[in-house]
Amino acid sequence: MTAVLRLLLVGWWLQLKMRSRSAFDGILAIVYPLFFATSVLLMYRQGGSESALIGAAVGASVLGVWSAVATTASTSLQQERRLGTLELLVAAPTRFALLVVPMTLAMGTIGLYSLVATLLWGRFAFGIPISLGHPLVFALASVATAVGVSLMGFLLAVSAVRYRGAWALGTAFELPVWLVCGFLVPIAALPGWVRPISWVLPPTWGVAAIRHAAFGGSPWGDIALCLLLSVLYAVVGTWLSGRLVTSARTHATLALT
Amino acid sequence: MAVIEVDDLTRSYRAASGIWRRSSKVIEAVKGISFEVERGELFGLLGPNGAGKTTTIKMLITLLLPTGGHARVLGQDVVKDAREVRRRVGYVFGGDRGLYERLSGLDNLKYFAELYGVPRRDQGPRIGELLELVKLDGRERERVEGYSRGMRQRLHIARGLLHKPEVLFLDEPSIGIDPVGARELRQTVASLVEGGTTVLLTTHYMFEADELCDRIAVIAGGEIVARGTPAELKRGVSGGSVLEVEVFGSAEDSMATVRSLPGVTSVVVEDRGQAQVLVVRVDTGAEVTQAVLATLGGVPVGRVATREPTLEDAYVELVETGVPA
Ligand SMILES: Nc1ncnc2c1ncn2[C@@H]1O[C@H](COP(=O)(O)OP(=O)(O)OP(=O)(O)O)[C@@H](O)[C@H]1O
Ligand SMILES: [Mg+2]
Repeated sequence: MTAVLRLLLVGWWLQLKMRSRSAFDGILAIVYPLFFATSVLLMYRQGGSESALIGAAVGASVLGVWSAVATTASTSLQQERRLGTLELLVAAPTRFALLVVPMTLAMGTIGLYSLVATLLWGRFAFGIPISLGHPLVFALASVATAVGVSLMGFLLAVSAVRYRGAWALGTAFELPVWLVCGFLVPIAALPGWVRPISWVLPPTWGVAAIRHAAFGGSPWGDIALCLLLSVLYAVVGTWLSGRLVTSARTHATLALT
Repeated sequence: MAVIEVDDLTRSYRAASGIWRRSSKVIEAVKGISFEVERGELFGLLGPNGAGKTTTIKMLITLLLPTGGHARVLGQDVVKDAREVRRRVGYVFGGDRGLYERLSGLDNLKYFAELYGVPRRDQGPRIGELLELVKLDGRERERVEGYSRGMRQRLHIARGLLHKPEVLFLDEPSIGIDPVGARELRQTVASLVEGGTTVLLTTHYMFEADELCDRIAVIAGGEIVARGTPAELKRGVSGGSVLEVEVFGSAEDSMATVRSLPGVTSVVVEDRGQAQVLVVRVDTGAEVTQAVLATLGGVPVGRVATREPTLEDAYVELVETGVPA
């Protein structure tokens, strides 16, 4: 158990190191969320009330987390394949899922930066008063959201071990998830049949939790649901990754050739 | 008990071609090969490009599932007990891929030490020891991006040895390394074998195989065409000796005539700088030097020499005739 935790921690730390080292990615990660936040906040300032504006700021901040994870998660194993390290990861005795989870957790961590940056931007560039009723609860809700998003990323990421084209999944899902999880538009505004889909996506509960924390409500139920779904995604992703690795060994898709 | 037991192992690939109308072609990369490697042995797998060497290794290290036959490594089935096999074998391939470019050499090793479950307190000393072995001590904190090809290759080797594997698979480990580095690599491999590690090596350098390997299997077109010790292979192929005649002019014209001489088994022409060299394999006891020189007529001739056949001679003949043993 401690060995597993250590592995996750070391993996997470090295992934974070690797991902924060490319100047281009770095600038992109810093600037991109701000542009996005600016557009959203300008739009909402037009006709919205103050609470709508706060809601939008929160939505935009969680959106930043999702954007940081979605595409990178689904391309990360293709990147490993290109580096020639994918085979080495599979050849190691450690369960493959335990190597992929830290990758997406590192992405989620970078996403947390984007969340904080968006909120600060809203506070100082737009004067949106986000009163963190309980800073700790707010932080907890944010971390839970990042975990939920990371594990959703995990599920996207593992498909690429078998299917070389699966790197496109992240791009394909990026916008639909924005919409369905109610980052900017309330879920109530979506057609009824979409709602069950929203309910099974952890970020839906994550944003709800952060909103509650920002408006002084109780976020605990939402946090619990977000984390519960995260665990479910972890379990499904682990099972799936086992199946997909076996399939990749059958179909010889671990190497580039 | 053999450490590697390969029994009628087969692997085919389905290669898709075309985008719209997917037609798939089955490539039989390995066609039912069998061999055994004893504990502490250094076993060479030689063969031309596309012969199936890498495919064989990848099945043995559990990266590819066989499409037929069986293989056991250290008594464990590579399909059923994959986890146990992975724990106990190491894998190093040639070239400069397979490393995290943006991390330091040290971080690369730390990560893989973790992956192989090297206990925390052993990691530091083990990594230090390996860095020294592959002569990267002092450079380990630099990012791999800036490493030369040889440094990367040496880092690979350190990575493959982190968990002290009992069996080491080396797939063209010396590719792209300078002669001094290659010599050091051979020494490293030899000392590992001395320490009891079993090694399966592929290489395209015949002198390397000759120097290192206890036994060799030559594989061509997915089948084993010859096996034995380097000495046996050298003797077995044509026996006799090799006559080399340096020719300044066209040696090709006389090839057919030379081939028909009694006692000559085969003739190849190699280009060496300005000259061409006629490499004639001769049966034991036959004396063909004068006859060969006579066929050349007025073409100017340089050095003429007779030598023992090398492993490369044996290999070229085996691969070109390609009759399964
Ligand atoms: N993933 C794959 N999909 C389809 N065909 C493949 C794949 N990998 C290898 N092959 C084919 O299988 C055959 C054997 O390849 P393999 O890589 O085992 O050869 P090798 O002996 O290692 O050659 P080399 O000396 O060039 O490394 C080749 O014809 C190759 O094209
Ligand atoms: Mg190969």
